[in-house]
Amino acid sequence: MKDFAALFTDLDQSTKTTSKINAMAQFFETAPETDRLWTIALFSGRRPKRAVNTTRLREWAAERAGVPLWLFEEAYPIVGDLAETIALILPPPEAVTDRGLTHWITTLRAMSNDEEPQRKKKINAAWDELDPTQRFLFNKLLTGGFRIGVSQKLMTRALAKATGKPEAELAHRLMGNWSPETTDWHQLVEAEDASADASRPYPFYLAYGLEDAPEALGDPADWQAEWKWDGIRGQLILRDGQHFTWSRGEELMTDRFPELARAVDFIPDGTVLDGEILAWNGAPMPFNALQKRIGRKTVPKKLLQEAPVILYAYDLLEWQGEDWRDRPLAERRAQLDALCDGLPADAPVLLSPHLAFTDWSDLSEARLTAREAQAEGLMLKRKASPYLSGRKKGDWWKWKLDPLSIDAVMIYAQSGHGRRANLFTDFTFAVHNGNELVPFTKAYSGLTDEEFTEITAWVRKNTQQRFGPVRQVTPQHVFEIHFEGIQESTRHKSGVSLRFPRMARWRRDKPVSEANSLDDLKELLKVYG
Amino acid sequence: MEIAIALLDSVSMSGPLLSFRPEGIYCAQADVFIDPWRPVDRALITHGHADHARPGMRHYLSTDIAAPVLRHRLGDIPLETVPYGEVRQINGVEISFHPAGHVPGSAQIRLSYKGETWVVSGDYKIEDDGLSTPFEPVPCQHFITESTFGLPVFRWQPQPRVAEEMNTWWAACAAAGKIPMLGAYSLGKAQRLLSLLDGPGPILTHGAVEGTNQVLRAQGIALPDTQLVTPDTKGKDHPGAIVLAPPSALSSTWARRFGPRETGFASGWMRLRGIRRRRAGDRGFVVSDHADWPGLLEAIRATGAENIYVTHGYTEIFSRYLNEAGWKARIVETEFGDSDETESEAA
Repeated sequence: MKDFAALFTDLDQSTKTTSKINAMAQFFETAPETDRLWTIALFSGRRPKRAVNTTRLREWAAERAGVPLWLFEEAYPIVGDLAETIALILPPPEAVTDRGLTHWITTLRAMSNDEEPQRKKKINAAWDELDPTQRFLFNKLLTGGFRIGVSQKLMTRALAKATGKPEAELAHRLMGNWSPETTDWHQLVEAEDASADASRPYPFYLAYGLEDAPEALGDPADWQAEWKWDGIRGQLILRDGQHFTWSRGEELMTDRFPELARAVDFIPDGTVLDGEILAWNGAPMPFNALQKRIGRKTVPKKLLQEAPVILYAYDLLEWQGEDWRDRPLAERRAQLDALCDGLPADAPVLLSPHLAFTDWSDLSEARLTAREAQAEGLMLKRKASPYLSGRKKGDWWKWKLDPLSIDAVMIYAQSGHGRRANLFTDFTFAVHNGNELVPFTKAYSGLTDEEFTEITAWVRKNTQQRFGPVRQVTPQHVFEIHFEGIQESTRHKSGVSLRFPRMARWRRDKPVSEANSLDDLKELLKVYG
Repeated sequence: MEIAIALLDSVSMSGPLLSFRPEGIYCAQADVFIDPWRPVDRALITHGHADHARPGMRHYLSTDIAAPVLRHRLGDIPLETVPYGEVRQINGVEISFHPAGHVPGSAQIRLSYKGETWVVSGDYKIEDDGLSTPFEPVPCQHFITESTFGLPVFRWQPQPRVAEEMNTWWAACAAAGKIPMLGAYSLGKAQRLLSLLDGPGPILTHGAVEGTNQVLRAQGIALPDTQLVTPDTKGKDHPGAIVLAPPSALSSTWARRFGPRETGFASGWMRLRGIRRRRAGDRGFVVSDHADWPGLLEAIRATGAENIYVTHGYTEIFSRYLNEAGWKARIVETEFGDSDETESEAA
């Protein structure tokens, strides 16, 4: 695993895109084929099943290190990563070996048939022959969650560099249902027929947020406008008499949304649609309704009735078995309109309408009514645009509503993980309710590194009480919290839950007495909930 | 030897020899403070880092090796010096300074009176860095220890391994036409790194580092040759060079003169990936002038002390561990370093 560890170290130490790509490309050129495959799999979120639960791992690591378990548990939040804590707390390895990535993954997978004492023995043996970096990686494989600052896009670029194949083609090849055990390097990367797998989705085209006024986009006649929905971006594939539903996160969600199965009855084979999966009761329902569906692999009948879903289609990627992504949006859209026109009213696929407008000011006004339409803003798409892959600037823009805002008091702080370990970054905020402060949301993002460092020093000096990793702090600082939506909630003491809360600004100018109240929140709930 | 004249010889003391006061660690029998953080009459100083050697004392006592840096930093102070191991008597209290291995001249201070012996270790490390007089365990009943890295995840590699990592980085940067810039605290850490660096070009130093270099050279401590970075210095005139500077300088406009560059940071905190990624720029090297977990335990065992007083660092966790392991340990609040788990600059 030395070469994989070296690759990891290079990627981890570099902040520069080009050196990351070079390091990966070199690995793809030189590493054994199965190691390459596993690397692609890991970097695209395809990890082996967790072989041991983390409670056991902590116990075994503490035992091997000769420290009490409580001491291990104290060290963990300070290090901020379980795999790393274990790697660092163990004594130095007895004899370092150099076996490849595939060897270790195979070892892990074979463990699922072992009894616990056997697993413990094997894991201890592995720890004893890996240096700390390799150990960290091995533990990452054990515990799952292999995030190391390399996006799938970056990896695809490196693969393109190593193989000479176009990036878009590789992105498509790497989508869908494969694992290093069901394919090999040749089939995945090199073979002629890339679309052999009927379930394989196309890479999603993602938009950037609009920064300037829309006037900068030029002639309104070149543009198409739609609502930007607050659901799950999804791709519905109809091939070989089957259907497949993919989320933008490249998760196969076919079974979670059984309503979409009926699409096969109405839409011809060889069709791929891009759209938004929404809970629907004649109109889009709030995201909350859909959220209940997301976590469930199988859906109880009651929930199917309460929150039925549809695909609100807005693009056509494949038609009659042909890849249409290079055709202009206007042409794709015309065909999509024709297709949806012919669908019965109860079909699970509906057409996401476009909004008529003649000049930009029409759109600016329409945008302000987005919440009434259950939308979070507008999408602007150039009519001539092809369907690109990944996040690209130029042809597609999202133009979201301004967020909702409230001034709140920070009352609890907790340290972050990974890059933010040892830094207080996770805060709980409260609003006034008479003489009380009522917590209503957490937020983690929005401050600069400098601000986090400053608030961390402050938290250390102003801790009133500790509850494990959580510190209650003196209510002294006011933050402007932005969020996208507000819902009634019985699970929270405040009675509300927010969508995408984040810290917009540290309001040093505001004393605690000027923070908002629970009544203000309830007012927002009345208007926007 | 003026200080040896007893001031309060007839006062009978009760209670422990050392106590912890708002001004600092205090020996009433000798009427001296050790590394006090508020102005007092008599201060015994373990070493010259700013959190241990503060201005405003009416009288200072340190080791002879630590003295030049103290004068460099604090100016013309009333300072008396003593070599390692020499015993001073103050009102019946035996006082002596012993090597702490932290930075050149750094000391543990031993105080003994009527069979009761305390050692205030200041900051220390066990490994011989080749520059500071190596740590020596001093038997005592009461040992005051730091706990900057008092967690079992902190474990240092042998110094030659780190030297190899840094020199490999230097060579790779040079081969890529870049200048590596290494951030390190200007007293101690920087000179230690200096003595480890071996590469394809000269070592250029920031003024803060060079100031300390000059002080140490003047007192006869051998350091490799360095060149001071001046306003006219340009990176392209020094191919193959490495730059040694305080960490804050690496992200300043001062650094721009070196053109294509990489930055590295040398500290014990670099052991943690999160901090490394946040702080280190391109590379982080795990080098500390503080004891690691095994080092702290080894030092404590070697004193034979039963009573351990844990200061700055992971005080709660470390003292709980010591208590469970059979010592009588308690936490002592001090103003050394940063309290809690902050990353202190000197680490």
